[in-house]
Amino acid sequence: MDPIIRVHSVSKSYWRDSFEIPVLNNISFDVPGGEFLALMGPSGSGKTTLLNLIAGIDRPDKGSLHVAGTDIATLNESRLAKWRSTHIGFIFQFYNLIPVLTAYENVELPLLLTSLSKQERRRHVETALTVVGLQDRMRHYPKQLSGGQEQRVAIARAITTDPTLLVADEPTGDLDKRSADEILTLLDRLNKEFKKTIVMVTHDPRAAEKAHVVRHLDKGEFSQN
Amino acid sequence: MKIPLTYILRNLVTRRLTTGITVLGVALVVFVFAAVLMMAYGVQRTLILTGSDENVLISRKASNGEISSIIDRETASIILTLPHIARTPEGAPIASSEPVVVINLNKVDGGISNVTVRGVSLQAFALRPQVRLKSGRMFNWGARELVAGSAIERRFAGSKIGDKVRFAGDEWTIVGTVDAGGAGFDSEVWGDSNQLLDAFNRTAYSTITFKLDRPDAYRDFVAAFEREPRLQQFEPKTERRYFEEQSELMAMFIRVLGIFITVIFSAGATIGAMITMYAAVANRTVEVGTLRALGFRRRSVLAAFLTESLLLSGIGGGVGLLFASSLQFFTVSTLNFGSFAELEFSFALSPTIALSSLLFALVMGLLGGFLPSVRAARLNIVNALRSS
Repeated sequence: MDPIIRVHSVSKSYWRDSFEIPVLNNISFDVPGGEFLALMGPSGSGKTTLLNLIAGIDRPDKGSLHVAGTDIATLNESRLAKWRSTHIGFIFQFYNLIPVLTAYENVELPLLLTSLSKQERRRHVETALTVVGLQDRMRHYPKQLSGGQEQRVAIARAITTDPTLLVADEPTGDLDKRSADEILTLLDRLNKEFKKTIVMVTHDPRAAEKAHVVRHLDKGEFSQN
Repeated sequence: MKIPLTYILRNLVTRRLTTGITVLGVALVVFVFAAVLMMAYGVQRTLILTGSDENVLISRKASNGEISSIIDRETASIILTLPHIARTPEGAPIASSEPVVVINLNKVDGGISNVTVRGVSLQAFALRPQVRLKSGRMFNWGARELVAGSAIERRFAGSKIGDKVRFAGDEWTIVGTVDAGGAGFDSEVWGDSNQLLDAFNRTAYSTITFKLDRPDAYRDFVAAFEREPRLQQFEPKTERRYFEEQSELMAMFIRVLGIFITVIFSAGATIGAMITMYAAVANRTVEVGTLRALGFRRRSVLAAFLTESLLLSGIGGGVGLLFASSLQFFTVSTLNFGSFAELEFSFALSPTIALSSLLFALVMGLLGGFLPSVRAARLNIVNALRSS
């Protein structure tokens, strides 16, 4: 079976004033479908940059990135947006829910980019919110929810389009231990029960324990630890 | 796919204070803009209402208005022998040969202003049936008596029934008040044409107005008029057209001055909208990054912020227009450049004014919202998400 992510000789630098800051240095690796991968490493090691490249919200300077069968480094901005809406489910550290929309409307957002009818969208939203256990909080606004509940709504938003890949950037970074455990259990369930491929950036060793594979980045390269 | 309208609307509601202030700014400018146009249109409508399409007014070609027009008695007689002039059963032409002069009267609220005095002939009231006696009685022919228009009675001291007005070396008694239904005649004083000619020691009228024998006879009359070589220095116009032209200078002045001032004001409101929208973009950078990460395109973000700005200005325009429309209940009085006399008129709203006011508001929204919207659409996704 072809890997769902194939990263080949990818390098990425940022420019600050006139200084080039290398972030990723000739990275290559594959992720097979159904894997739960944790990317760990100190701050500035390049793990979030690598996640952004895989998710198609940033572009590599060098190398190729095949994700879900597409060389995403070659897509133009518009096609990349369409590709993201089909293949990627985002889970952010600070949930990034739209505060003026209800839980239902937040989860419905990515579905507005599909051709689904209103009834079909409703079915998808209700299913996603049921999976995360928040079917009774549909009409609540983010500020009416706890941090853990907000992250669960964000996960429902990430899975509602049934994407190929879930990318999670420090999904438990803003949560207390109990809520963090709930989120990790949910991600584990999405991986095992719903066969979702997950790439997660984390500092938290307990979070990394849920992953099948843990890769450590340091100064833009994979290390052994 | 568009970003849902509920997102845009709820963001406006969430930022109640800035939304309110921006709406108020736009509303004020639109209020002034609409008020100016309503004022100009009010002057025009009042003067247009004054004239009838079935009446023809003859004036001297070179004159700017009735007070500078001169028609001698001989020419008046020639005019009244032309065909297509309506006549009474007795055969008298339904016409009024009118000297028009300007006198000074004291205003009720202080100061002096010009008032048009119109000398009219016997058929003047048949010619203008809209002018009706409101109170008192009609002046007697051959007497130094006057009737005052309802606006004159309201705005000038000493113009009530029984008061005496002094001009042309004589005292004239106000014996009645007439109402012309909001037309320019409400701002005039009428008396016997011959009495006025005598008092001012004049031998010539200012204008002659008559009724056509049938409503569509104007072209035939003009043809007959132009065939008469002794009338080459004079020109006929429908009474409505004549007064409409008299309003143009005044209306144009109000419009140009008003729009100039409003456009300067609008720069302030546009900058206000721009600041509001820049703040909106700055406060929602992470949201924009999230929407873009989810797959919404740049143009959807641009459209969402532009719609928000247009909604703000549209609401402001609506509010401004609503307040401006209440001006219709007010009448004001000013010096009409056409007649050099005081003219009372109401602010008048037309569908064109309403539409242009709303359009003006939307242009402010578009100009104010464009740059912030472009900025939102151009945000780099990674940088936008990082700002959380």
